[in-house]
Amino acid sequence: MSNVKNVLFGPILANNPIALQILGICSALAVTSSLKVSLVMAIALTLVTAFSGFFIAIIRNHIPNSIRIIVQMIIIASLVIVVDQILKAFAFEISKQLSVFVGLIITNCIVMGRAEAFAMKNGPVMSFIDGIGNGLGYSAMLLIVAFFRELLGAGKLFGVEIFATIQNGGWYQPNGLMLLPPSAFFVIGLVIWALRSYKKEQVEAPEFKIAANSRSQEAL
Amino acid sequence: MSSSNDSIKKTIIVAFALCLVCSIFVAAAAVGLKPIQNTNKDLDRKRNILSAAGMLEPGKSVDEIFDTVETRIVNLQTGAFASDAEIEEAGINPATYDQTAASKDPQLSVALSGENDPASIKRRVNYSSVYLVKSPEGEIDRIILPVHGYGLWSTMYGFMALKNDYNTVIGFGFYAQGETPGLGGEVDNPNWKALWNGKEVYNDNGQAVLRLAKGGVDSSDPEAIHKVDGLSGATLTSRGVTNLVQYWLGKEGFSPFLAQLRSEGAQ
Repeated sequence: MSNVKNVLFGPILANNPIALQILGICSALAVTSSLKVSLVMAIALTLVTAFSGFFIAIIRNHIPNSIRIIVQMIIIASLVIVVDQILKAFAFEISKQLSVFVGLIITNCIVMGRAEAFAMKNGPVMSFIDGIGNGLGYSAMLLIVAFFRELLGAGKLFGVEIFATIQNGGWYQPNGLMLLPPSAFFVIGLVIWALRSYKKEQVEAPEFKIAANSRSQEAL
Repeated sequence: MSSSNDSIKKTIIVAFALCLVCSIFVAAAAVGLKPIQNTNKDLDRKRNILSAAGMLEPGKSVDEIFDTVETRIVNLQTGAFASDAEIEEAGINPATYDQTAASKDPQLSVALSGENDPASIKRRVNYSSVYLVKSPEGEIDRIILPVHGYGLWSTMYGFMALKNDYNTVIGFGFYAQGETPGLGGEVDNPNWKALWNGKEVYNDNGQAVLRLAKGGVDSSDPEAIHKVDGLSGATLTSRGVTNLVQYWLGKEGFSPFLAQLRSEGAQ
């Protein structure tokens, strides 16, 4: 039982796919300018990761080694297309905002990474749980980033005004940078910093030691 | 993994079976959901048209309100409503006419270049949809015109609604744009869109002069009726908006058509 718990909740803090494995950054930059869109993206990715893990695990003993990546891709791609079609049918507004990024779940490293690393070696149920777990880790990160970006960039949360902006006659001067993709880098960086200060074991050993600063006398 | 998995026969069988299963799965989803998606697309288009005209009412369905709107096709070269024969020849179905697709079709559009293309749209359709809102007596109450043009990063697509003097704006808005969020993206700000209401497009000589003014509009300015506040921090997007409004309401756009409607209305 503790194993299930570990697989399900481990990826949220201890082994976060974005913060520790630094996977799936691309979509984390692109879709996090508002909470609503991030939430849908997070749900879509969680479902795709879970079900792709499930289906790949079912046929894992029959997948020829030489074409295993292609087989994984086909299953993932099919699921993504289905998710995209469902969004277009039932959440049209949001699918318009997500536009191309739903399709890009196919290339999201988290999905491929879990299929290759976990689903090829474990049973369908565990793979499904692992997919949900990693999806949750991704979702948590996405929502944290989106929270700061939407609040500071537009003064809103889930489209509801929190800070009245100057454009609408209020006091808050929105930080336009937060609405642009690069700001997600800063937020993700700060979150990773906070996480590694809290969980020291995540800190990687430095590849190089930085030499002490040379003193001004020596430089002359 | 057993070695039998890696035989050529097994590889081909697995690949083939997987492709077959997945394609059935994907095809079923695509075909099965198509009707709902088309309804959504249609609803979205109608909602955009109505929201430009300021006709959306809470509590009333979009379809219900859209029933009062009449879709017509205008020949932009002659400035008249396209006759049934023309519509048939061009192969247009007014209810589903896709202007964005038509503007890429050499049969249905003309190429623009340089000076002729202030809005940077490259090709202009020969036939455009217009939407008429009629009063119960059957007279045109307002008219909604599709417009588009290039801003800073993206082509912005929108609708402009005019009163039945074919000069006064009663609503304007974009339904698709990819301008800088927070700066040019403020074209979607409802407060800014409300500024368009009551502005006049044409000057006394019949030229389309409605434009965005840098630094805001001074209400004592005699030209203020033709000016809307520019977007701060978005000079290029503002210029794009001015260009597309003047292009589509100008001689190359709807101006001949609107002039004709105006003279008919006067009779």
